[in-house]
Amino acid sequence: MDDDSLIIRYPHYMEGFTGTGLACIRSERIVFAGLGFAVSPGGALILSGPNGSGKSSLLRLMAGIAKPAAGTISWRGTELAGDPERFYTDMHYVGHRDAVKPALTVRENLAFHAALRASTGTGAADIDAALDRVGLAALADLPARMLSAGQTRRLTLARILASPAALWLLDEPTIALDTQSVERIHGAIAAHRAGGGILVASTNVPLRIEDALTIDMAAYAADGETIWGYST
Amino acid sequence: MSAFFALVGRDIRIALRQLSDTLMVIVFFVIAAALFPFGVGPEPNLLARMAPGILWVTALLAAMLSFDRLFQNDYEDGTLELLVVSPQPLWLTALAKISAHWLTTGLPLLVASPVIGIMLNLEPQGYGVLLAAMALGTAIISLVGALGAALTLGSRRSGVLLSLLVLPLVIPVLIFGAGAVDAAIGGFAATQQILLLGGLLLACLVLCPWGCAVALRMAAE
Repeated sequence: MDDDSLIIRYPHYMEGFTGTGLACIRSERIVFAGLGFAVSPGGALILSGPNGSGKSSLLRLMAGIAKPAAGTISWRGTELAGDPERFYTDMHYVGHRDAVKPALTVRENLAFHAALRASTGTGAADIDAALDRVGLAALADLPARMLSAGQTRRLTLARILASPAALWLLDEPTIALDTQSVERIHGAIAAHRAGGGILVASTNVPLRIEDALTIDMAAYAADGETIWGYST
Repeated sequence: MSAFFALVGRDIRIALRQLSDTLMVIVFFVIAAALFPFGVGPEPNLLARMAPGILWVTALLAAMLSFDRLFQNDYEDGTLELLVVSPQPLWLTALAKISAHWLTTGLPLLVASPVIGIMLNLEPQGYGVLLAAMALGTAIISLVGALGAALTLGSRRSGVLLSLLVLPLVIPVLIFGAGAVDAAIGGFAATQQILLLGGLLLACLVLCPWGCAVALRMAAE
């Protein structure tokens, strides 16, 4: 997987992905507050912490799905709200739900997600190459309902390989995967970073990712304080 | 634009693979309309008089059955989050979902309506106008229904809430749609009603995808 031919060279930028003073409120409870991060091109950020500490919430803020209650997130020096469409083109988000349609075949599922990001110019060959890289090439024409949980997860991860994006936001990427697939993901992440890509991943299991920054979400917890009881 | 067609193509493909769900709407339409002769009696003149109204009301109720599925599956399996953060503007994504809904629900209703017209003894001069008004009306119903479906996404008993929200909003479609067919049967020109339906369609085409986009973004958050 560390084959040089798989490395995609992303356009070079000095500035990476940064966030300052982020706070997240869910149903009137503060999940975290005062959180900041900065990842430069080629870097990796791991979010760790116990269940419910806000790892997924932070990833959703980073992806632009939810808006932070306070603070700003910038991509290559521009705030997310300033140019969301450019940011969405540069970003892959893999949540903990798989977004796989059981009625469609494996290839159709992946082709649909690649077509949503058509501006990146993904062709049929890229789809097959991505399926091959996650080891699903032999199952490409089966309906996705036939896949096991681990295979479905691999199909989800094939999305990030099918079309290039400089920022990967992965929520528990290795969940349900076998050791061989975990190796494949490690390889893909290494190739992504070698080309100047940025990775942000939440995880509870140790990921073998070299010189990654780690944010321990527990350090930013507001101990379940409600917004009424909280003062800045 | 290729993302637009990919979404329309995917929804049509899923509808064809799950044909029983898609046909359920049409079967409901046929059965509900077939109940009327049993209820009001098989008197041909009475049925012919009531036919335009029965056709429109049952088509509307049948369409209601299809809206709870419109965004629900995408919402539950996480596809909606990805649609929200795809590079395509969200109103265009909503318009793609609505187009696919019309092709898989509105168009079959349109095709089935003359058959039901024959069953209800609709006068021959009404069919042309019925098809024209149905084409416009089903498109409006798809647009308004999608807005309702997006607004009720994620709430409990969303199907009931959706009907309460959408049915009052489509009363104008019912009035002008049935009015157009009545006018044609009575030997008058139905131009006015058709033009009003066209105007309604244009207004919905502008407002509903945009409203859907706002509601979907809130639902995904």
